[in-house]
Amino acid sequence: MLTLSSIVYDVNKFRLGADFRLPKSSRVAIIGPSGAGKSTLLSIISGFTKPCSGRVILDNKDITLFAPGQRKVTTLFQDGNLFPHLTVEQNIALGIRPDLRLSSSQILLLEAAIKRVGLSDFSKRKPNTLSGGQQSRISLARALVRDCLLLLLDEPFSALGPALKSEMLGLVKDISIEKDLVLLFVTHDPEDAKQICDLSVVVAEGNVYPPVCTTELFLNPPEILKAYL
Amino acid sequence: MRLSFVGGLIVISLIIFLTFGTLLAVTFRMEGFSGLARYDWAVIKFTFLQAFISALTSLILAIPISRALVRRNFIGRRILITLLGAPFILPVIVAILGLIAVFGRTGLVSDFLGFFNLKPLPLYGLQGVIIAHVFFNLPLAVRLLLQGWLSIPAERFRLGHALNFSPLNFFKYLEVPMLTRFVPGAFLLIFLICTTSFAVALALGGGPKATTVELSIYQAFRFEFDLSRVAVLALIQFLICGLIAILSFWIALPTYQGSGLDRVIPINFQGRIVDFIFILGSALFLILPLFMIVFRGSHSLFLLPEAIFMAAFRSICVALFASLLTVVMGLFVASLLVYHSKKFEIIGYLPIAASPLVIGVGLFIMSYQWMDPARIALPAAVLINALMCVPFVLRAILPTFIDIEKNYGRLADSLRMSGWTRFRWLLWPRLRRSVGFCMGLAAALSMGDLGVIALFADPNHSTLPLEIYRLMTAYRMNDAYGAALLLLLLSVSLFWIFDRGGRLDANS
Repeated sequence: MLTLSSIVYDVNKFRLGADFRLPKSSRVAIIGPSGAGKSTLLSIISGFTKPCSGRVILDNKDITLFAPGQRKVTTLFQDGNLFPHLTVEQNIALGIRPDLRLSSSQILLLEAAIKRVGLSDFSKRKPNTLSGGQQSRISLARALVRDCLLLLLDEPFSALGPALKSEMLGLVKDISIEKDLVLLFVTHDPEDAKQICDLSVVVAEGNVYPPVCTTELFLNPPEILKAYL
Repeated sequence: MRLSFVGGLIVISLIIFLTFGTLLAVTFRMEGFSGLARYDWAVIKFTFLQAFISALTSLILAIPISRALVRRNFIGRRILITLLGAPFILPVIVAILGLIAVFGRTGLVSDFLGFFNLKPLPLYGLQGVIIAHVFFNLPLAVRLLLQGWLSIPAERFRLGHALNFSPLNFFKYLEVPMLTRFVPGAFLLIFLICTTSFAVALALGGGPKATTVELSIYQAFRFEFDLSRVAVLALIQFLICGLIAILSFWIALPTYQGSGLDRVIPINFQGRIVDFIFILGSALFLILPLFMIVFRGSHSLFLLPEAIFMAAFRSICVALFASLLTVVMGLFVASLLVYHSKKFEIIGYLPIAASPLVIGVGLFIMSYQWMDPARIALPAAVLINALMCVPFVLRAILPTFIDIEKNYGRLADSLRMSGWTRFRWLLWPRLRRSVGFCMGLAAALSMGDLGVIALFADPNHSTLPLEIYRLMTAYRMNDAYGAALLLLLLSVSLFWIFDRGGRLDANS
């Protein structure tokens, strides 16, 4: 489904190389020390960073030169996933049509997504009147309505408490199964990875290692991961 | 972002055309340069002299006033600090009439002196120009220095008290270093404002002893129609502004913040009476002229001739178009700077050093062969007022614009929000407040502008400030005060409506 083919990013003494394939419907944790290039990797896939060489292929299409908005990719950033001046409903509807002119069938899609994440009572409210968990639900509902194949999570739940985080991860897992998405999930916490990801990718010292089974990885971590854990 | 690029470049070209293009058009009219006449030297000397004295007086008074304001808490303190921002949107001609009512031959101060059989003060000439400039710039200086006092961390004062500093120690170790940082910039800013002053010199100056370069450009154009002399004077004005612009590279011009000036800080609390005198004195100096406008104007406000109301209507139109145009220009320049290249920023600030009268004469020279000059008076006023406000607009919206793109740009990119959609759903909701404030400011400034309109307008195309000036020079003082009150009310209302409109429902 997603292929990174001989990707090299080498700017200002920072180097990252990646070469791997992810199968359809896989859920992959990205693990590694800070500054190793986890976010850069996501940024290359989502199109905010252009690689120096190599290609990004999604669903048999070379998207290396596509702008972020043209890719069938949804990213949940660490923060800034919502526009505070727009309502819950508008924030989600942006994922359907950025100019917010929805047809009646699109409105049905929107309402279904709001209901799916349990925000029906809050659709006319502004995000900052909602709790952290509810705000995360807004961005997940947007991922639901978008026409996308790939969901990238760049630690969006790091500000939530453990119980709430676990609940959100459950919702992420359900949504990616329902929509048949490939999930890439940057995390510091092995437990998070074990909860929702069957595969894991280790990023360390400028290299992205090929995906391996998550359970096995943590049962028998390689040297490079041991130091970090 | 194609539109932002093309639109931005068009606006940048328009700014360059209006600032340099018009200057060029004017200088083509120069018929040989035979040195400056004695009169011209007197004009240049006066321009610098009055600007120097005005800036110096403003700052000398501003230091004790701002110090008193920052360390005393009293009833009406917030109102006084808010009022310090008012002269900025106050039409010059209104303030001048107010000052005449206080300091003029038949004003309050002369009445008071007459009570002791003393001669009334002459208001016209150098002292009049200086009083008016201090009236406008003292509040600015006080607000800039308030920022200065408030920039001293409270911990330093605590440390000073812990070390048992005497008032002199506080002054030497905490306040003098702040003043040496803030005073030069504030001085230069006020000096710049005063050198390009036109309306004050027009109303209170005149004659060889009290004419600024701007005023003599007006006289050479309007009375002598000597375009060659206008060209020489325009070059002189350009050199003066250029000189100050170069100076401001070394001494940073202060930026003007609107809010958060009402904190009290614990400088030692001795000198209660002196503080009281400075606060009361500055409050009276600010409030009395405005009060006199309301007092004298309210009698004749509803008896004004119809021509005045027609002029008021034209002024409102000029103000509305100019405020709209300036915001559009400012937004295009800002988006060019944010999305394409920061290189053009300096051009956005060019109008600070431009002379509205030179631009006006330049537009006249380019158009008079095909058009009646009176007919271009109002469009030129719209264009020039919009241009002169672009730097304020940039200063107000550019930082917010940059923040919006920094915080939400990635998200908007990933949602394919571009062009109009990005403006409508991302930028506009978050810029609205600043835009409202800018439009209010631009509307009030254009409403009160007595600059370029004085160059060409005939009575059928005149604006309210020009009509007030005409009434004043015809000694129809009652009508002048009534019209001034009308202008004051209109300017303040326009500012209030726009500023308020920007804030409505802006709960993000």
